[in-house]
Amino acid sequence: MNRKLLAGPYIVWVIGFTVIPLLMIVYYGLTDASGAFTLANIMEIAREEHAKALWLALLLSLASTVICLLLAFPLAMVLRKRGVGRGSFVIFLFIMPMWMNFLLRTLAWQTLLEKNGAINAFLSFLHLPGISIINTPGAIILGMVYNFLPFMVLPLYNVLCKIDDNTINAARDLGANFFQTLVWVWIPLSLPGIISGITMVFVPALTTFVISNLLGGGKILLIGNVIEQEFTKSGNWNLGSGLSLVLMIFILISMMLVEKYDKNGEGTAF
Amino acid sequence: MSQSLIDLVNISKSFDGDLVLDDLNLSVKENEFVTLLGPSGCGKTTTLRIIGGFEKADTGKVIFEGNDISALPPNKRQLNTVFQKYALFPHMNIAENIAFGLRIKNKPKSYIQDKIRYALKLVNLDGYENRTVDSLSGGQQQRIAIARAIVNEPRVLLLDEPLGALDLKLRQDMQYELIRMKKELGITFIYVTHDQEEALTMSDTIVVMNQGYIQQMGSPEQIYNEPENAFVADFIGDSNILGGTMIRDELVEILGAKFACVDKGFGNNTPVDVVIRPEDVELVDPDRGTLTGICTHLIFKGVHYEMEVTTPDGYEWLVHSTQMCPVGRQVGIHVDPFNIQIMNKPASEDEEAVGVNE
Repeated sequence: MNRKLLAGPYIVWVIGFTVIPLLMIVYYGLTDASGAFTLANIMEIAREEHAKALWLALLLSLASTVICLLLAFPLAMVLRKRGVGRGSFVIFLFIMPMWMNFLLRTLAWQTLLEKNGAINAFLSFLHLPGISIINTPGAIILGMVYNFLPFMVLPLYNVLCKIDDNTINAARDLGANFFQTLVWVWIPLSLPGIISGITMVFVPALTTFVISNLLGGGKILLIGNVIEQEFTKSGNWNLGSGLSLVLMIFILISMMLVEKYDKNGEGTAF
Repeated sequence: MSQSLIDLVNISKSFDGDLVLDDLNLSVKENEFVTLLGPSGCGKTTTLRIIGGFEKADTGKVIFEGNDISALPPNKRQLNTVFQKYALFPHMNIAENIAFGLRIKNKPKSYIQDKIRYALKLVNLDGYENRTVDSLSGGQQQRIAIARAIVNEPRVLLLDEPLGALDLKLRQDMQYELIRMKKELGITFIYVTHDQEEALTMSDTIVVMNQGYIQQMGSPEQIYNEPENAFVADFIGDSNILGGTMIRDELVEILGAKFACVDKGFGNNTPVDVVIRPEDVELVDPDRGTLTGICTHLIFKGVHYEMEVTTPDGYEWLVHSTQMCPVGRQVGIHVDPFNIQIMNKPASEDEEAVGVNE
């Protein structure tokens, strides 16, 4: 009884700042300016510019998720093999950028990637041709990967650390080479971490508007940018909410995947 | 001596500067049940891991049927390991676990099916194909680990304290099971344990190890009856280990009394260690004993009484006998000559680990 009371402040918080805003989004999303019920806001997703923004957002976040996974898995394997504990320096290096402001980190990339930015200055100093990926989808993917990679590494590292060395030794002992061990043992056993990592990268990447704003030069619109503009520039809260509801479907699907594959919460990062 | 199957030649290994194995030599014959026995940290598991290929020796060679396999990875060696904590694949069911090695080798489906059935029968778990790993008890998981290894028809099965996590009754049952499987399969077993009873029950050859050295190697009878040094005597079963002096051949002085024995060749007036098993100490009338003492301790153990007899110099003799002697009574101690085991004293405390030249 008393213990239940302890949850009180949290419940008030959740109701005030999560449940009510969510209900407001649902309300705005399903009504028009006059307050009458309508599905028009949701159907707006089918309009070409919105559909294109959603499609591009899906594409870029999917690409970043795949790149993050490909980078993070070998890295997590190395971290595990070197027996670095939770408090170790390497893990610290990974977490440290997360303490810095997200905006600052992304702004830093903007200056690095600029036409006359640090990277190009360095390249021209070496008499190498400069790169111009700023304001391209490539730059946005780079920003997503950079910002969200730790969210992939940590659950993977966590789940890999729980795999007993002897389970791997057993596979080797039974004749499996490195590749076979990877496919038959490493990957299936780290599935909870993989799924959890995918969600933790895919969901924020799908909804971001900051990265695409800063590194896309405002020319590349993702669904996040569209929604943001509806709220801040056009002032059409109904349309913004409607599109948000559509986006939420994709997030819910991701959540369901995690629920299915990570029942014991093994892949949770922190 | 018949052709050996595995030879370890001058194996040394250290971890972070700690020498775990020091110039170890060992040969294992085909179809032998060899047990590496010793306290934890004696290097027995490291030896097994070097044979299995999970650890690389710093120096020395592993020879398998005359070929140097030191550089081969575990998946290229014709041996399989049963790990201490079973190490089954938690994401596969029992049949998939057993089939793992055969699938890697691309064996035909029907062959794999037959093998699974055969292996489950061998370990007395018929019909467990579709069970999950979680649903099995420790003993059952260990049987599956054995089944998973033997379907690959290894020449040698390495077992790393496989019964360590099981309770006493189950452990004893599994000992007989292992002996039976070994007979049925006709392959070589190399078994690591710290349990001397397990070693005595199952082995053809016991290798007693301590501090990276082989202390003694021999049949269970040899190890038990003729321990070569105080460590072996102490590690294998209870014993009275006393300092003594070899007066001449077949006569040893212990605690001031002269005992007839059967050992020769230690020289005259040489300090030695003497081992007398508690069941070999006979309690007789005080006037007929070689030594006399007072019974200071008595416990009924079921099969026998365990007593302690303190002689005037203060040594407490451990005695196992079916004859009871009440506490406080004066008794004589007699030991038959062939029950007295004489051993050379170690040169120094460090040298308690004696290299064996087999």
